[in-house]
This record gives sequence, structure tokens and C-alpha cells, in this order.
Amino acid sequence: MLRLPRFDYLEPKSLKQALKMREASGDNAMYVAGGTDLYPNMKRRHQDPTTVISLANIRALTGVRNRDGHTCIGANTTLTQVAKHRRIKRHYPAIATAAGSISTPLLRNMGTLGGNLCLDTRCNYYNQTLEWRKSIDYCMKKDGAICWVAPSSPRCWAVNSSDLAPVTVAIGAEMALVSADGERVVPAGKFYNDDGIEYLTKRPDEILTELRLPQPNGWDATYLKLARRGSFDFPVLGVAAWIRWDGDTVADARIVLGAVASYPMPVPEAGAAIIGTSLGDDAIETAATAAFKPSKPMDNTDHGLSWRKQMTRVYVARALKELRANNKLI
Amino acid sequence: MGSDRAHDLRIVGTSQVMVDAVSKVTGKTVFADDLQLPQMLYGKLLRSTEPHARIRKLNVSKAVAAPGVKAVITGADLPIPFGILPVSQDEHVLCPEVVRFVGDPVAAVAATSEDAAFEALNLIAVDYEPLEPIPSIDTALESDKPQLHDYADDGNIHKLINLEFGDVEEGFADAHHVREDVFFFQGNTHLAMEQHSATADWSADGRLTLWSATQTPHYVHRAVAKVLELEPSRIRVIACHNGGAFGGKSDPFSHEIAAAKLAMLTGRPVKITLTREEVFYCHRGRHPVLMWAKTGVDESGKILAMHFKTCLDGGAYGSYGVASTYYTGALQTVTYEVERYKFQGARVFTNKPPCGPKRGHGTPQPRFALEVQLDKIAEDIGVDPVDLRRNHLQPPNSVTANWLKIGTIGLGECIDAVVEGAGWKEKFKKLPFGKGVGIACSSYICGAGLPIYWNDMPQSGVQLKCDRGGGVTIFCGSIDIGQGSDSILAYITAEILGIDPIDVRVVTADTDLTPVDLGSYSSRVTLMTGNAAVQAAEKVRDIIAFHAAKKLETEPDKVRFADRSVLAADDPDQRIAFAEAVQLAEAAQGTVGSIGWYKPEKSPGRYRGAGVGPSPAYSYSAAIAAVDVDPETGIVTVPKIWIAHDIGQSINPMTVIGQVEGSVYMGLGEALMEEMVYRSNRNVVHKFPSMLEYKSPTTHEMCEIETFLVGDPDPNGPFGAKEAGQGPLLPVMPAVANAVYDAVGVRVDEVPITPEKVFKGLRSKDHRVGPKSFPDIPWPEPLCIPTPAEGGDGKALRVETAAKA
Amino acid sequence: MPKFTLNGEAREVNVPGANPLLWVLRESLGLTGTKFGCGIGQCGACTVLVDGDPVLSCLVLGRACAGKRVDTIEGMADGNGLHPLQQAFADLSAAQCGYCTPAFLLTAVVLLKENDRPSRPEIVAALSGVLCRCTGYLKIYEAVERAAAVMRGEKVTPLEEILDGI
Ligand SMILES: Cc1cc2nc3c(=O)[nH]c(=O)nc-3n(C[C@H](O)[C@H](O)[C@H](O)COP(=O)(O)OP(=O)(O)OC[C@H]3O[C@@H](n4cnc5c(N)ncnc54)[C@H](O)[C@@H]3O)c2cc1C
Ligand code: SF4
Ligand code: FES
Ligand code: FES
Repeated sequence: MLRLPRFDYLEPKSLKQALKMREASGDNAMYVAGGTDLYPNMKRRHQDPTTVISLANIRALTGVRNRDGHTCIGANTTLTQVAKHRRIKRHYPAIATAAGSISTPLLRNMGTLGGNLCLDTRCNYYNQTLEWRKSIDYCMKKDGAICWVAPSSPRCWAVNSSDLAPVTVAIGAEMALVSADGERVVPAGKFYNDDGIEYLTKRPDEILTELRLPQPNGWDATYLKLARRGSFDFPVLGVAAWIRWDGDTVADARIVLGAVASYPMPVPEAGAAIIGTSLGDDAIETAATAAFKPSKPMDNTDHGLSWRKQMTRVYVARALKELRANNKLI
Repeated sequence: MGSDRAHDLRIVGTSQVMVDAVSKVTGKTVFADDLQLPQMLYGKLLRSTEPHARIRKLNVSKAVAAPGVKAVITGADLPIPFGILPVSQDEHVLCPEVVRFVGDPVAAVAATSEDAAFEALNLIAVDYEPLEPIPSIDTALESDKPQLHDYADDGNIHKLINLEFGDVEEGFADAHHVREDVFFFQGNTHLAMEQHSATADWSADGRLTLWSATQTPHYVHRAVAKVLELEPSRIRVIACHNGGAFGGKSDPFSHEIAAAKLAMLTGRPVKITLTREEVFYCHRGRHPVLMWAKTGVDESGKILAMHFKTCLDGGAYGSYGVASTYYTGALQTVTYEVERYKFQGARVFTNKPPCGPKRGHGTPQPRFALEVQLDKIAEDIGVDPVDLRRNHLQPPNSVTANWLKIGTIGLGECIDAVVEGAGWKEKFKKLPFGKGVGIACSSYICGAGLPIYWNDMPQSGVQLKCDRGGGVTIFCGSIDIGQGSDSILAYITAEILGIDPIDVRVVTADTDLTPVDLGSYSSRVTLMTGNAAVQAAEKVRDIIAFHAAKKLETEPDKVRFADRSVLAADDPDQRIAFAEAVQLAEAAQGTVGSIGWYKPEKSPGRYRGAGVGPSPAYSYSAAIAAVDVDPETGIVTVPKIWIAHDIGQSINPMTVIGQVEGSVYMGLGEALMEEMVYRSNRNVVHKFPSMLEYKSPTTHEMCEIETFLVGDPDPNGPFGAKEAGQGPLLPVMPAVANAVYDAVGVRVDEVPITPEKVFKGLRSKDHRVGPKSFPDIPWPEPLCIPTPAEGGDGKALRVETAAKA
Repeated sequence: MPKFTLNGEAREVNVPGANPLLWVLRESLGLTGTKFGCGIGQCGACTVLVDGDPVLSCLVLGRACAGKRVDTIEGMADGNGLHPLQQAFADLSAAQCGYCTPAFLLTAVVLLKENDRPSRPEIVAALSGVLCRCTGYLKIYEAVERAAAVMRGEKVTPLEEILDGI
């Protein structure tokens, strides 16, 4: 059977204690929340911290709060809680939908918002056991030299596969981080890096404490997920679309693609294509094409890459049509 | 066969709780990995990281010295080869010289904990000299070198078959319409929820006990005896309840024999439980098969001639492959009449995990080809696909062109049931674009006519023992893999002896305690163990009746068994308890027991290759699938499947329906998403040996099913029963493919039918996705066997005469 | 290792290091009713209840359960009395090989606690975290519906009469 390697397990009760422990244990330490990403990775030996610091008992990280009209979701909130929370469902349905689409109800009872936002990037040359990876002589992301997805490329193309990440970027949420140096707040769009290895701008010692959602005032957003099966599966494409309405006209828009790049990929051209329109079919078509062009899935997830690219067009159009249908003025 | 049906059946034919249901719902059933023995060690196998390589050096010294390690073995310790079929003894427990796929075992470790064993594996240094890998059918056909196995028929072609039943060319010349098509069925795997696991215990007096999650304890017994050079009488193999198997646990495996060897070396019990990834390497699943079919029909669609070619990608070893290859041709003739038939089959070796038997063994692939091709033919000649099938059924009690003897055939009833149930006439070709229905039929064997190794003994035996307390114990080598075979034994015994299933204790799958049954494969268990149980129970019934008759003041043939009593048929008030009747018999003649056994009749085919295909009975199924196809994405969803199955007689309709539903589920997975894929450009690794990336339908993908059980009792089945565990899978894939065509006009001549393919088909000119051609294969001279209609005798013509004729 | 409440009894286990709950249950405590299917969250076979929620025991550390309530299949029956769900699974042969059964049963217990009359789509959604390769799920759904009816105090068709005459 597949077992965990040996490691030290620490259970701090406060953020302060956690940061201290992290400082004491150095770079071989990692945080864990629900463990649904980290433990499988450790079992397959592609993440190998020798110290694991559990954030599960830190009170400050739990709960959904309302601060100045912003809804703030603690990093430890489970995905089930996020998906079922009344206020989130009402004002941020895209967040609730994305959270509720993750894996299975069982996993959502364990997996946390923070873990999801910090989810390791994925690649099916990487999410494999040690023995398997040995047979391809490993790869750049872990223990090897070459990226098998694009052997001539100097970088890793592992995929950001979080369902929530593209939504946070699209709606303009913010991440609150703490470290020994204090607190800082980063817009979601700046939280992610276009790199399969250094996929977060967050320093490894920083703790994500909460996700701050913008005030729900005059904008609408949605999230569509494409995956092979109705449960268990990571997205092979996620489309998060955000629109600020001015009556029946699009005043501002953002479209962000998930699971086609190492980061949630904004497609400003697609948003620009609908600004000033009432989301007629033509405008939607133009936006869908604009999103389709830069969408470059690689051969490292389920499904064929050209089909996934084609689906960008379909899913962006469907997301925009959904938003159009939501607007009672149209 | 069968039991006398003069009196009403009380148990057979009614829904009953399975005998092991309570232990399963309370978590008490002991699966192989649940065993823990005192002092037990944990074993692990080191597996090859190369697809094809010579082992230059293998250094285990660091592993031997590692903490907790008690023994390390390599290929040199177990030089004797094994394999399930006598003709392909080509596997080693640990590869001695050459590794043939990523995952081929090369060394094994036993240590005091699983962690220690794992860490020790990482200390074993293997120096491989890579050999050119053979990743695909094409490369195997092109290159003889390097040759994977020197016993192959031709280079890397493991097996070549060429059989001709009647002159097909003549048939094609007479035909009104002839069609040629090429199909591909991708490989897929069983994915039983339980991983393989085995625990071995060696005692100092030279006895070995092996518990294993296996479908074939008898064959494991033979393989262990052979490789370890032990007296079979010193080996006891106990098959634990299987947590699903589907054919994946029917070969003897390296981990079983390695556990035994490690136990012998250390004197301590050794358990080896595989990881999920290793289960993908054990594989033995569905062969990828490339197929070419040429069929000629008359105006009404009657098949005058069929020429069928298959090429199977066998993976690295023989396994059941020779049988699988024959099966890709054998059952094409048993559903619809085929006047003349030619079959050419080839299996190649490639550097991938070996393929073998999965639910439907070798027959779903050709069935897919045949049923899709018939759909095309129906359209070509303007006949409704239902009529095309319904009007040309193979007649009951007949012999097919390839000399299979057919008994009852309920296929007509099956077709009628689904056509009516699904409202076919209102739907076919009448639904809006994107929605469609498709039909397909199939047939499957109820046990193979011949055992795997040549012998004259029964395929199944039972012993029955009556207890003074009124309990009955039935001993049988069969193994319950979830299909309910233990329950069948209890129901049949209880039915005949007038007791309740709960009064019957079933002891199975223990080579020390139970008479041989060959195992849970080829849908043989209900029919064969059932018949053996009927025989044994009837013998005991007669013994008891003889002694009870005196007390009941009647004649033995007027004694009835019911309500846990033995009574006089003419005067039911004259009765004694069953237990008392047993006591009377025991007092008169000693322990009351009996044996029963079953061996199928010889089949009429007498040519080389005639051993695959014959069966005491054939089950039939027909299915109609409804599909929704999203034309923008190509995504296919299946809301409902109507399926009718000719079961002969249900022993327990609830479990029969369970088998039908489970088969449809598995077929749906194969139709839409399951596939074994390898990266041939990257060391031929399995692309994703995991439960996340190997796609098994979740609750969300499962369709609604309406099941119809039809058919008349078959004289060869116990109480008339036929199989249900495999046959109903077969029509699902072609029914879905045909429905996709009805919905959007795209022919996906390939399984699985993925959104990519449908999407491509919608945008291509010919609206077809599938292989373009069938490769040239150096077929041997055909064996020519005149059909029964031509007055043949089941034998092949001698080659010289064939050439002349 | 921590103290926790296992199937209603206070337990303390001594296991070295950080072992997932699945191994603590199966190896240290000998409760083998909880199954291993993959070890990495991909199958659901290892489902147990922690503080009443169904979770994957292959991904929860035993130590993280300190002070919590853990319920496994072994605690589901009330003495010798099967839980209505267990009875319904047995009646309808919703357990074929039985390997996935404990996980489905525990998940269904929670579903019926929250919703005594779940619709078919609600059942499909609630049970979507466990794979079964034998049954095709349909008998499992029917068993959940049957148990729900029993638990609501309704009469259900006796087993002998279901499918009678086939
Ligand atoms: C079978 C399976 C299917 C899945 N399907 C999906 C899916 O469909 N969609 C999807 O989005 N995800 C999916 N996941 C991934 C993952 O389980 C979820 O995203 C989950 O939310 C991760 O949360 P966690 O708390 O379990 O993370 P953990 O494993 O605890 O942590 C994940 C990472 O985040 C870091 N981390 C966690 N919390 C913090 C914090 N507060 N501050 C700083 N760093 C932190 C950890 O160090 C670790 O690197 C799946 C996982 C599995 C096993
Ligand atoms: S994208 Fe390349 S480097 Fe990154 S994980 Fe995949 S193979 Fe490795
Ligand atoms: S064992 Fe598969 S999810 Fe835990
Ligand atoms: S009953 Fe076998 S896996 Fe569900």
C-alpha cells in the first residue's frame, strides 16, 4: 500500500506559534490544512517536507466574517462550508459553485479554501509515484532536469488546477498573508505566477489567513468547469467570467481561464471585446474567440489538448450567455 | 441436467438475501489484506523502470543490510517459469535476465514493516542495458527484433490463427450487399476496488498456506507447486473473498509466489499487498484489438458470409492471450445465422503490462465491430436494424458454422422486450438532432467447454455433509468474487433438501478442504457448481428419503422435502423434522454425505482451435441505449439503457439484476471513458496508473437501467439457469455507438467514444472517426472446416485436400 | 497518539509518527472494516465519520483526530440489530463484493440524518464520492430509499415479493 514517509508533525494553536515553528524548522517545513493535496503528494514523494505544520487548530483561520461590507473567508474554512454558506451562495454564487464543484463531497469535507488557493500545480508527469517518475528519469519540477511536456523549454508547465483560483482573480478578491514580517494583502491576480514550479508569489513561510471578497455591488460572475466526470475530477478547463453592469451594458469585464496554464490566466482581450455591449451573440462570439486564441493547454492533463483549446470558445460563450440571462434588464 | 421441477420452487426464482450479505454490511468480511498473522512480515516487489532491458547487474547488498529487512530475493532464486496456460509458461516471479515492461518485478523484500520494505527497495541498485522497446501493434508486426519471446509464432507475433468455415468468397459473390469496415477497441482494465494481496505462511514441517485475493485458487495452487518445487499436497491455497475481480485476479501472480518464497526463507508469515499502481501493472485486462470485418448479406440482411480479422495487442506476456485471441472470433456466429465464416486472428507481444481476460473475455471487441457493422448494413440496404437482427436469429438447438452447439436461445424475446420497453419505433430516426437511440445484441458462454490444462476430470466438484442438527455443509472449490456464487450453492442445496439457505454452511475456495472447482471465470460458476450441487443434494435427498420413508410409512419416491421437514407426499401431516430424518439415515448407514460433479459434454468441433467457444449453454442479451450528444462539445451522456437478458431461469432474480446492472455499468465505462494508455515516446510508461486518471464512471455518469429477464430454462443449467455476470456487458458499447450515430450522424468506429472523437467526427467530411486500415499479417495457410450445412464432420480438411478442393 | 472516541468508546492508541487514520484503524486497532482502495483520496473506499462528517481516512492523520469522535462501519449496527441501511443493503444485494459497502453505508447514514426523504438526485450527489465497480450504484440508491422509508416508519415491500414471478 502507499504510505506516508516519516516526518515531524507540529500542531500550533496560534498563528504566532505557527510562524515560530516554521522559522525554527526552516525550508524543509510545509504547512498543511486539510492535507488532501499535500499528503497524496508526500505519499508519492514529489513533495517531501520533513516537518509538517498543521494549521488546523488555529482559530484565527476559521470562519466567514463580514468586514466593511467585504466578506472575508478564513483559510481553514472547508470547501463544504464555502459551498453551503448562505451569504456566499447569495452574493458570491461563483465562489460557491466553484467550491462545490471540487472533487467529491467527502474531499470537500476535508479540503480547505486556503489549501485550494495554494494548491500545488499539476501535471501527469509529476503527480505519479517515485517509481513511476524514476522510469522517465524524473522531470524539472522534481528531481529531474527536463520538462517532458515541452523538452526544449526552460520552464515547467504544470497546470494550476484549482477551481477557485480563477474565480478569485476574475472577481478581484484579495489574499491576506502573514509572516514574521507582518501582514500584507495581495490582489488575487498578483498571488499567482506563470510558472509551474514557483506558482505562487507567496513566500513559503507566509500563511494565507483569509480571502477577502469585493463588495457585491452591481457586478455578477460565474464559473463553468469542464471535467470528464461529475465528481472526483480536476478541471481540464475552468472559465470564470465577471461583469460589472451599467444597466444593460457591460461597463467592465474580466475573463479568467483555469487549468490551461500554470496560473489562472486572465484574457483581457476577451473582456475588452464585450465592454460597451449588451452581450449580443456577436459580442459573445468575439470574446469567445479572443479567449480561445491564447488558451494553450499542454499535454499533461486528462483529455486531448486541441479539444480542450476548442472548448475554451464554447465554455466562454456559455459563461457569458449565463451572465446575460442573469441580467433582467436584457 | 437440472433438478426435477415437479414441485413448486420455494427458493429458486425468488429474491433472497445473499449468504454473506450480513458480514459484508457489517464490515466483517475478511478480505486478503485484512489478515494479520502474528510475527507477520511485509513484502514488497521492486519493479522495472524500463520497458525492455537486460539486467546487467542487480545489487541487493544494501537492502539486505537495511534495518528491519529479513530477506531479499531476485530472479535467480526462482528460476522456474509459470503462466496460466500450459502453452505460454513465459513469466517469472522475478525477471531473471530481461524485463519486458515498466512494472515487471525484479526483486522482492520482506521486512518487519511496510515502510522498512519500501525503504529497502530504494536501496536495490539495478543496472539495465536498454533494449529497443516494442510499444505498439505496428512496431510488433514490423520488427522481429528484439524478440520478446522466442516461442512466438512469428517474430513478435505471439499467435496466428486462420480458420475458414465454408467458402466465404463464394458467399460474398452471392451477396446482395457486401461491406468492409475497420474498428478499434482500446484496452481497458478491471479496476476492482480491492488491490491484490497475498499472505503466505510456512510451517517448519514443510507446509505452505497461501491466502490470496484470487479468482482461481486451483491454478494458483498448481503454479506455486511448480515454481517452488513443492509437493502439491503440502500447499494449501485459500482464496479470500475478492473485493471485485472481473477477470483481473484469474492469473497466478508474482506477488503470490514471492510471498510464499519469502515466508519459506524467513519462517515467518509474509504479506504482500499491492499498491493501486502495481495493480495497473498486473493488468490482464481487455486487449486493445484492431479489427477488420467484411460481411455479405442478402436483400433482407441475412448474413451469407463473414470474414473477420483481429489483431490483439497482448502486452509483454502470454497470460490467457491464446484463448483471448480465439475468443475474438469464436462467438460471432452464435447470435445471428452466419452461413460461412472465416476468422483470422493474431496476437502480438509489446512492452506493456500483459492483457488477459476481462469480463466478456475477448468477445466485447468483436461484438462491438459486428453490431456496429450490422447497423451500417441495415442503413445501406434500408432495413430497420431491429428487423435485420430479429429476422435472422440463429435457430435454437442448432450447430453454428464454426461448430458450436447452441441450445436455448432467448434472443428474440430479448429484442422484443427492449424494443417495446424503449419505444424504439417512436424514437429511432425520429428524435431531434443530438438525441438518439441505438440497439445491439450479444451472447456469452456459460462456462468454457474445456479446462485450461488438458485433463479428464470434472470442472467442478462439491461435497455435501449433513449434520445431526439439521445443518448442511457444502464444500466447493469455487470462489465468491461478489457475484454471489456462495449463495447459489446455498439456495440450490436448500431448495432440494427443503431447508432454508441459512441452514446451509458454504465452505469454498480452500484447496485443502474443498474439491476442485476451476475458478470464477468464463461465467462458469452458476452453471457448473450449480449442477454439481444439484447432483450432490439429490443424492443426499435420496439417502434421507430412503430412511425416512419407513418412519413415514410411505415409499422413498413419495417422500417430499419442505419447510425443514421431510414428509409423505400423499399425507403431508405425516412429517418429521429434517434433522430427525438425517439422524435416522445416519443411524442406519453412518455419516450422511455425498459428492456431485460436473463436466461439460464434448462439443462437436474437432479442429485445432475448436476448444474455445463451446459451452454447455449460451446466454443472450439485447440492449437499447438512449444518448444525448452535445454537438458543441461532442460530450455524450447516456440517460438510459434498456436491457433484456436471457437468463434461462433466475436462481435469485435480485442478484441477477445486480449482475446485469453491474455489467451495464462497466460497459458504459468502456463505451465512454475507460482506457489504458501508454506514452510510447516516454519509455512506454502507463500514462496514468491511478484511480483518478483512469476514468471509472461515478454516480453522476451512471445511467438509468430498465432490465428485463427473459428466456426459458435451459436443459443444461441447474434449474435451467444460465449466466448473467458477463454477457450483459457486451451490447452496451455498440448500442451507445449506434445511438451516437442516430443522434448526430457520426460513426465512431472506436471505443471509447470520447468527446474528442465525436467533436472531430462532427467536423470531418465523412463524419467517421476510427482506424483507416488493417495491417498486413503473415497468416498461415487456413484450416478449412466444412460447415454442418456443407455436411462437414467438425474436422478440418487435411491441408493437401484443402488445397486441391 | 491521542485519545479519541471510537464508535462511542474512549480509546487511546499508541502509534509512532504521523500515520493516517486508515492505518491506525486497520493495523493498530484491528478494525479492518474500513477499506483501502488507493491511499490518495481518489476512490472513497476508506470513508469514516469524524465528528459526524464523512471523510477520507487515508488522508486524515490519526493524530489530527485527537479529542474527536470517529465512527466506522464496526459501530454502525446496534449490537446485533442491523441499522436499517445495513438491512436494506443486504435485502437488495446492494453489496456485491462488499468492498465499497462500508463507505457507502457511512456516507448514507449522514445523508439520511440531514434529509429523511432524499430525492434520487440528492442521493446521487451525496454518494458521488465513493466508487463502486460492481453494482452500477442503482441497487445502492434503491437501498438508501428503502432504508429512508423504513426509518420514516413506512412499510416497504417484503423482499420475497420484490421481483416475484420473474
Ligand atoms: C482526488 C482529488 C481530486 C481533487 N479534485 C480537485 C478539484 O476538482 N478541484 C480543485 O480545485 N482541487 C481538487 N483537489 C485538490 C485539493 O484537494 C483541494 O484543492 C483542496 O481544497 C486542498 O485543500 P487542503 O486544505 O486539503 O490542502 P492541503 O493539502 O492542506 O494544502 C495544499 C497546499 O496549500 C498549502 N497551504 C494550505 N493552507 C495554507 C495556508 N493557510 N497558508 C499557506 N499555505 C497553505 C499547503 O502547504 C500545501 O502546499 C483534488 C484532490 C484530490 C486528492
Ligand atoms: S510541466 Fe514539465 S517540468 Fe512541469 S511537472 Fe510537467 S513534465 Fe515536469
Ligand atoms: S483509500 Fe481511496 S480515497 Fe482513501
Ligand atoms: S460492491 Fe464491489 S465495489 Fe461496490
